[in-house]
Amino acid sequence: MILSLSKDNIEVVREQDVVLLRNRVKEVAVKIKMGLLNQTKLITAASELVRNMLRYGNGGTCLIEVVSRGRDNGVRLTFSDQGPGIADIGQAMRDGFSTGKSLGLGLPGSKRLVNEFDIKSKVGEGTTVMILKWANG
Amino acid sequence: MGNFLLVTIQVDLYDRLALNLEADLVQMVNKTGAKGVLIDISAVSIVDSFMGRIIGNIASMSKILDAETVVVGMQPAVAITLIELGLPLKGVQTALNVERGMDLLKTMIDESPIEDEQEYPEDDPFAQ
Repeated sequence: MILSLSKDNIEVVREQDVVLLRNRVKEVAVKIKMGLLNQTKLITAASELVRNMLRYGNGGTCLIEVVSRGRDNGVRLTFSDQGPGIADIGQAMRDGFSTGKSLGLGLPGSKRLVNEFDIKSKVGEGTTVMILKWANG
Repeated sequence: MGNFLLVTIQVDLYDRLALNLEADLVQMVNKTGAKGVLIDISAVSIVDSFMGRIIGNIASMSKILDAETVVVGMQPAVAITLIELGLPLKGVQTALNVERGMDLLKTMIDESPIEDEQEYPEDDPFAQ
């Protein structure tokens, strides 16, 4: 059972918001005493996902939560956009696949950097990606 | 810095800033005729796939303009994260700190013509 202890919503519409989001995630991670390596992994994953949201989804929102499960604390980030959605999630999760001109590492790479990863998408409605990193995970 | 350009990145870059850096740096290589570019990223706490690609681009673009690039000062957590992300930064030379980076640049620039000469006979299919 995962409990949500605090919630914070950030809107991301411009490139500059990416730095703001990274800083906010960092603050929360420091507050629950997450180690430097896990912080770096979490913020890098967030950076990849927020870029996807800006590039393909025309921006969106990121919900930052402090969560707990038993004695473990963690940070959960939920990125939601109302973009075109992803037709084939399996394909999008493969290394090196990109409909843009990028390296195609964003989704599969961020999945490797966190403890939990969930993606939901509907064509024409938008995409939601949830990632969770435990402080000691 | 003699024939070298020294670039220290001191803030977390967002995408447009990184692209500007790429363009400015390549222009500076052209303008100054620098033989080496040293990029110090010791103050950078996050390198994601975009930033990694920019670093790779700078290295390849400088190479075409006859300059070598060395990236120095990467934080250990950044190195671990880059590999797990799947971005090994192939083709980018790295060194632990500015001092070692300078030494590496010097040897790379001194040795490159000699290496070329040695490689030619081996590549020649008619050598035998």
